[in-house]
Parts: sequence; C-alpha cells; structure tokens
Amino acid sequence: MVNLVIDNKQVTVPEGTTVLEAARKVNIDIPTLCFLKEINEVGDCRMCIVEIEGRRGFCASCIQKVEEGMVVHTNSPAVISARRTILDLILSNHHRDCLTCVRNGNCELQALAEKLNITDVRYDGVKNEYEIDDKSPSIVRDFNKCILCRRCVATCNKVQNIGAISACQRGFASCVSTVGNESLNDVNCTFCGQCIESCPTGALHEKYSINEVWEKLRDENAYVVVQTAPAVRVALGEEFGMEIGTNVTGKMVTALKNLGFDKVFDTNTGADFTIMEEGTEFIKRLKEKDNLPMITSCSPGWVKFIEANYPENLPHLSSCKSPHEMFGALIKTYYAAKNKINPEKIYVVSVMPCIAKKYERQREEMKENGLYDVDCVITTRELARMIKQANIDFTNLEDSSFDDPMGEATGAGAIFGVTGGVMEAALRSVSEILTGKELEKIDFKEVRGQKGIRKATIEIGKDEIKVVVATGLSNAREIMEEIKQGKADYQFVEIMACPGGCIMGGGQPIKSSKIRATVNVQKKRADAMYTIDEKSKIRKSHENPVLKKIYKEYLGEPGGHLAHEILHTHYEAKPKYRILDNLN
Amino acid sequence: MDRSILEGDPHSVLESMIIAGFAIGANQGYIYVRAEYPIAVQRFSVAIKQAREYGLLGKNIFGTNFSFDVEVRLGAGAFVCGEETALLESIEGKRGQPRIKPPYPANAGLWGKPTLINNVETYANITRIILNGADWYSSIGTEGSKGTKVFALGGNVVNVGLVEVPMGTTLREIVYDIGGGIPNGRDFKAAQTGGPSGGCIPKEHLDTPIDYESLKQIGSMMGSGGLIIMDDTKCMVNLAKFYLSFTVDESCGKCTPCRIGTKRMLELLEKISGGEGTLEDVEKLEELANSIPKTAICGLGQSAPNPVLSTFKYFREEYLEHVQEKVCKTGECKALAKIQIHEDKCKGCGMCKRNCPVEAISGEPGKIHHIDETKCIKCGTCISVCPFHAIG
Ligand code: SF4
Ligand code: SF4
Ligand code: SF4
Ligand code: FES
Repeated sequence: MVNLVIDNKQVTVPEGTTVLEAARKVNIDIPTLCFLKEINEVGDCRMCIVEIEGRRGFCASCIQKVEEGMVVHTNSPAVISARRTILDLILSNHHRDCLTCVRNGNCELQALAEKLNITDVRYDGVKNEYEIDDKSPSIVRDFNKCILCRRCVATCNKVQNIGAISACQRGFASCVSTVGNESLNDVNCTFCGQCIESCPTGALHEKYSINEVWEKLRDENAYVVVQTAPAVRVALGEEFGMEIGTNVTGKMVTALKNLGFDKVFDTNTGADFTIMEEGTEFIKRLKEKDNLPMITSCSPGWVKFIEANYPENLPHLSSCKSPHEMFGALIKTYYAAKNKINPEKIYVVSVMPCIAKKYERQREEMKENGLYDVDCVITTRELARMIKQANIDFTNLEDSSFDDPMGEATGAGAIFGVTGGVMEAALRSVSEILTGKELEKIDFKEVRGQKGIRKATIEIGKDEIKVVVATGLSNAREIMEEIKQGKADYQFVEIMACPGGCIMGGGQPIKSSKIRATVNVQKKRADAMYTIDEKSKIRKSHENPVLKKIYKEYLGEPGGHLAHEILHTHYEAKPKYRILDNLN
Repeated sequence: MDRSILEGDPHSVLESMIIAGFAIGANQGYIYVRAEYPIAVQRFSVAIKQAREYGLLGKNIFGTNFSFDVEVRLGAGAFVCGEETALLESIEGKRGQPRIKPPYPANAGLWGKPTLINNVETYANITRIILNGADWYSSIGTEGSKGTKVFALGGNVVNVGLVEVPMGTTLREIVYDIGGGIPNGRDFKAAQTGGPSGGCIPKEHLDTPIDYESLKQIGSMMGSGGLIIMDDTKCMVNLAKFYLSFTVDESCGKCTPCRIGTKRMLELLEKISGGEGTLEDVEKLEELANSIPKTAICGLGQSAPNPVLSTFKYFREEYLEHVQEKVCKTGECKALAKIQIHEDKCKGCGMCKRNCPVEAISGEPGKIHHIDETKCIKCGTCISVCPFHAIG
C-alpha cells in the first residue's frame, strides 16, 4: 500500500493506482477528457493535471501513479488557471454550436465548460474545418467537434482491433482519420459504433433516421409498425435520468403507442424465431458434421467483419437473418396476408441498440418480394429523442404491453441482448429437441459473464458439445484465427461485435468516462436482462405459442422451404476497403 | 554537428556504441539518422560494413561470447523524433510521438526492452575518454560541464561554421575571437542558443561562460548546439515568431498545450508583428508562454515558448513598442516599420538610394537623403546597406 496526501487528505491505496483513482476514492473529483479507463490512458488532453510538490511542471493525474509520501494539490489556484487555459485552448478550436448538437446535455466537453466557469473563450484564431462524413448508412463523423482525445482510436484499435481510424497529420493539423482520408463507408469500419460510445463530444454519432419515421407517422396511408430489440428496454430509461439497468418495457411500449405507431411488436419474438431456425440448422450440421463450428450471424457488425476479413470461413456462418430482419420479413408476409394489409404500405421501424443494423437493413439480401424486411432502424438514443420531442413525460408513463398476435416472447428471446444469451437460448432449445427430454436446469451459467471469451463443454444427453462465446471484435478475431488455422474444436460459436453484447451496443445511451470508470454498466444492464428472463412465463423459444402457431399456419417446419426463403439469407465475401473498388 | 561527426568520423560513434553495448550487455544497436542526410547514412553504413569485416561487429566478437550488431534506421525528419521516446516509436515504425514516462527508456525502451539512448556527440566522446582517461577529459571544461562542445555558429558573424570549444568559454570569446565579430561594423544584439527550443542571450550576458548551468540560468539552453548571432538590425518579436513557427509545424499534435497552445501563441505573435496587437495580446502571449512549459507532455512542447520567454525577459520593451507605439524599430515587422533617415548621421553617400528597389529615396550626393513614405515598401534594404547606420 502507498500513502499519500491529496488536498490535505491522507489517502492509502494499492501500488499502481493512479493519482486520479486515488483522488476519486476520497471523493475528490478531477476533471478528465481523454481518459477512458483501461482503454485510453495516454495523458493527451492535460485536463486532469495536478500539482505534485517537488515536481517542476504539472502531472496528468490519469496516468501518474501514486508514490509514497506524495503531496498532491488538485485544486490550487495555479492548477485551476492552467486547466482553464487548456480548456480555453480546446474550445478555441471547436465548433461551439451546442444548441444544435447531438450531444447537447450529454457532452463531457460542455459539462467541463460549465464546471470550469467558461463564460468567454480567451483565445481566438483559426479553427480547423472539416467536411462532415455522412456517406455511410450508419455513422457520421463531424470532426469540427473533435477534440482529439483519441478515445475512439483506442477503442477501434485496442478494444475492437479493427484499426479503421488513427491519428493523422501533425501539429495543429492533427486529426483522426481513415486510410487515405476516405469515408468510413469505404474503409474497413464495421459500423460497430463503439467509437461513438467512447466519444466525449458530438464528433461521432449515428446517421439519423428520426425524420423519416416522423414523416411516416404523419402519413395516413402508411401502416407503421415498430419493433424493439431486447436490449433497448434495459437502457432507454437512462436517457430520462433513470438508474442504469432499469427495465422500462411497459413505459417504452406506452411511449411508442403515444408516438402513433400502428402496432408495437417485440423483437424478442423475432429472436425466438432465430433460435428455432438457428437451432434447427445447428442440429442438422451437427448430425451431418457439416461446416462446424457453426457461428451465429445475428450481429451485423460481426457479419460485416467476417465477410471482409475471413471470407474463406463464411460457410461456418449460420444462414439465419438477424431477429429483427426475420421479424420484419414475417410482418410483411405472414402478418400482412393475415390482416389483409398491402405489404407495400407497411413501414417497419426497428428500434435497435445498434448502428450496424442501419447498414444491415439496406443490404440487398434483406429483401422479400422486392421489399426491404425493415424500412428504418433507429437507435435507443434516437427513440429517446423522439419521446422527448413529443413532450412525453416518460418516467411517469403507465405500463402497457406489446400488441398481439406477435407480441409474445420468451425469456430466451430476451437474453439475446447480452453476450452469451444467443448461445444459452439455443442450448435450451437444442438440448430439449435433441434429447426429447425437459431440461432439469435451464440456466447455462457457464456461458454468461463479462469475460471476452468464454469456453464451455455442454452435455446434451450422452453427447458433449464444445461451445465458445466471444464478445467484441478483437476476441472474435482470436476465435477466427483458431478456426482458420484448424485449431478450433468447437461445434457452436456465438459472436457479437460489441463487447458485452447488444446491451453495450453502439446505439445505446452514452455513458461518460467517469461513469464507465466507476459503475459496471455492462453488469447492471445484463442483470436486468436476466431478470426479465427469470420472470418470464415461458423461457424456451420452442415453447413460444406464437411461434408454434405461425409455423403451423404459415411457415411449415423450422428450416423448411418457406422458412428458408423468408428467414434465411446468404452472406458473401465483401471487399475490406471499398476505396479500392472506387479506384478501379 | 552530429551530421558532421557521422560524415567525418563515423567510426568513433560506432566504436563507442559497441563499447556501450558491451558495458550494458546489449546485442543490438540502432542509429537513427534523418533520411535527408544521405552522406551521413552512406558513410555510417560503410563504417558498419568495415567493422563487420574486421570482426568488430557480429557474433562472438574477438572470440568472446559478446555479440553485437548495429543497424541504421532512417527518420523522416520530424523534429519531435529528437525526443528520445518519440525516436523509439519512430524506430519501431510507429507515429513519431513521445511516450508517457515512466517507464523511462532505461527500463523499457525500444521494443519494450531496457535501452541506452544517447546523442551522436556523446558517443563520439567516449573513445577519447577511454583512451586518454577521465582525468584528461575532466580537465577540460567547467566544474559542472566537462569536456568540449561543438557549436554551429551562424548568423551575423564574420566566421560561420562548426566550432569546438571547451565548456565554459564565454560567448564573447566565441563571437569575437573565434567568430571574428559582427560584420559591417554592426553591434551585437543577441545570440540564440539551442535552436528553436532555446532562448536568446542579450549583450549584457556576453561574458557568460557557455556551459549547461549558466545557459539554463539565463533562460536558454545548450540544446543541439546551434548558435545564431544577431546584430542590431534584428527584431526580437520577429525572432520569436520565426522560431515558434518552426515548433508549431513540428509539434506532433498529441497534447493540447503544444498542439493548440503554440499555434495560438504564433497567431498572437503574428498579430503583434502585423501591427494589430494590443497590450492584452501581449498578456495572453505571456500567459500561454508561462503555462505551456508546465503542461505539455514532452520537451518539444515544454520548451517551445522559450524564444518568447527569453525575448520577453530581455527585450520586453520591443513588444511594448510594437503594440503601444505601433513601431518596429528594426523594420523587420514590415507593417510596423518606420523607416527614416536620421539627419545627424546621414553623410549623403547615396548607398540607400542606389539600393532601394522602388526608388523611394531621393537626395543629392553629399546632402541629406529623404525617404518618400508613400513609395517605401518597408523592405529594410536601406537600413542594412547604410554604412553610417543612419537609417532605422
Ligand atoms: S460537442 Fe459538446 S461542446 Fe461541442 S457543440 Fe456539441 S455539445 Fe457543445
Ligand atoms: S464503428 Fe467500430 S469499426 Fe468503425 S471506426 Fe468505430 S470503432 Fe472502428
Ligand atoms: S472523434 Fe470523439 S473520441 Fe475520437 S478523438 Fe475526436 S473527440 Fe475524441
Ligand atoms: S490527460 Fe488525463 S484526462 Fe486527458
């Protein structure tokens, strides 16, 4: 243990602790900007400087390790004025249009400006001007708002191991950019959106689709259906000041009805379909020893990644569409026919914790009879904005339930939103279908948790299957390397692009660096998902009466011909860098 | 000067590197040279080849179990790569920007391994010290700074070039004895040591002994050993602007104070030198100059304001003249140049008239000349050609 004094308080912390962490322990708050715990600990922005007695200059507390007998002043007049100068400098090169900025009210820079009492910006001078990159269907980069903290760079390189973005140029011209300064649309970006989650400012955000939704809601001829992904309900409340991990399903449904959607459905039901189809596909492959391991395909960022990076391993990928695509396809076929609605009039909106779904929905493969399965994807954040825009008092809403007949879902569908959830849901159904016996214990806790890679051997009857769950693309790459080199002996692999799964998706409410450092956001949201599962009447997809009915009335057998046509697709090799295409 | 050592005597550096490798138990050495110095690269490569042929490099040198080899790495010429950890990053093929310290290179340097990193000039001294003994070496120089130092003497001085002097030699000796004094009978105004990260030394410190401690005390530094002499036609605001524009270009862009702060300083200097400056701008400039050294990550940023700080220290009145009287007496800041002929000094020789590119000067031979302000473009030519220093 190391003893030091911070602002006259005696502090004892383990060796290796940073001054910032030590200060937080005794409730001394030091402002930060570039710091993102365990991801970006680089000391670039200099916002967190403190005075340490006996040192010449100030030290960045986010990287300065504690030393025995250190005497630290975090708030001396000299520190306050130096910090203010640094913030002044950052603001002098920033487009300060907070009123029209996506991060108004949830911006770390704005919050600091308020905290440090910035009433004017002392330095003026040239500002860097950048064109906004909004070419991709998923992500927008507005580098006029970038403060070069490089949290996004660290996230893309270290957490996701993609390397789509990096620091370029030098000096005042330094910026974060892509290879050849091309649009994110045309490089190796997977649209996972994790960089958005890491960005303290409005420099990165999803491509907005809110206006299209409003337009359709106003259009009397349109039949506007909305579906919500499993992970949305445990995070949406955060945008209204509610505790992290609050389950707001009932309020969310009421809000969607108030917004004027004709029908409010649950993607969890779509997830149940995915389990039926994927489970059936898996059983078939297991029996035929065909293209094992089978890998899940419900995370579009992951799909984009494998198509570009491991095209030779694509046969391992399940041919299933993702849950909301399956569900969209069913709405435009089964549901439309049953309710005698012209599918061309149906406008399916998916509320997703994800920005890659925006890209996925416009893939040519995701069409049925010439119509897109899903017409529009909005993120959890965008839904919150719509609710605010409509002046709905969210926290005081009554609960209501999803619309029938496609509103009923199982606990298995619910846990799709958390890493390991697809695996667990599949194992519940696959076990029972294969053995014909009811499971004694339906929780597969061995595939749960926060570790990036979780391996397990599962007994199914007399047989054993080896499974692995990987979350986050750097872990996905690790598993793919094993598969590529023939070292993998798994039969079933679950991969989600975002570390933690959809609950931590790129479309979820953005948490500040401080919250991320001090609260286990992933665990709180995951716990909420598992609670939903535990409280569900039905917890296995194959027991969902809605599914049984639709298979009976319409689809036929899981994995059958019609099911294949509507619920499956094909994935194919895609270039990693589209700029190369542009050149040819 | 490091280049001249590499070009003139690459073996001295190589030999010392081998000895250093032996001393610390290293098996691999790297020499990092800017690609813009092809002759240095070529000659050093030849030296490596020869050393290999002689068995001075390679496996089991002289039959011992000490193996050592040296590789040349080319830099793209970024100034910040002179900062030791940025240099290491660059050798590793990464973006040349400084690392967070600790860990220091001695603990985790190149490829994460303990690394000894030194300047070319330091290595060049090692063999001599070993040959002649430490006593010999410490008999040269001062108490705190031993040995000699090579300077690249330049600017307004008669003899320019590389000079090697014992530490502790005074600036006056270098300028007047070795350098041959200031040309054209001009007065010494200041000397800039340490390149863009250093500071200026004014006339009153001409007798300062040049060693590490004394330079630091008067607000400058030894740095790379650059020594630029300036005569009284040089404007100190302009000088600060010149050096700062270099650091602004060379900042790696990692930390806020250096990336944005130096740029804002330069803008303020441009404003002052462009005749638009106010007292408040001078204050802001001083604020930044005092704050950046305490907040920037690496030596480049920390020392970037030095030219401003030292000109503030010794020539504050020039800044004030620029913003209050709106005049740059040397005429170097064109917008503020007030070029006039002092009647008491003008001998009517006509040098100015002959050299003025826009024929703004009139006057009969032997009579006092005059400048037509409406025609004058403030180029300053007349100031420097007047043999009687009558213009300013
Ligand atoms: S990024 Fe933050 S500070 Fe900048 S305009 Fe947006 S809200 Fe304001
Ligand atoms: S969306 Fe993901 S892959 Fe693309 S730049 Fe951001 S972090 Fe990297
Ligand atoms: S885009 Fe955002 S996260 Fe990336 S460097 Fe800029 S401000 Fe930081
Ligand atoms: S330097 Fe510590 S938060 Fe940026």
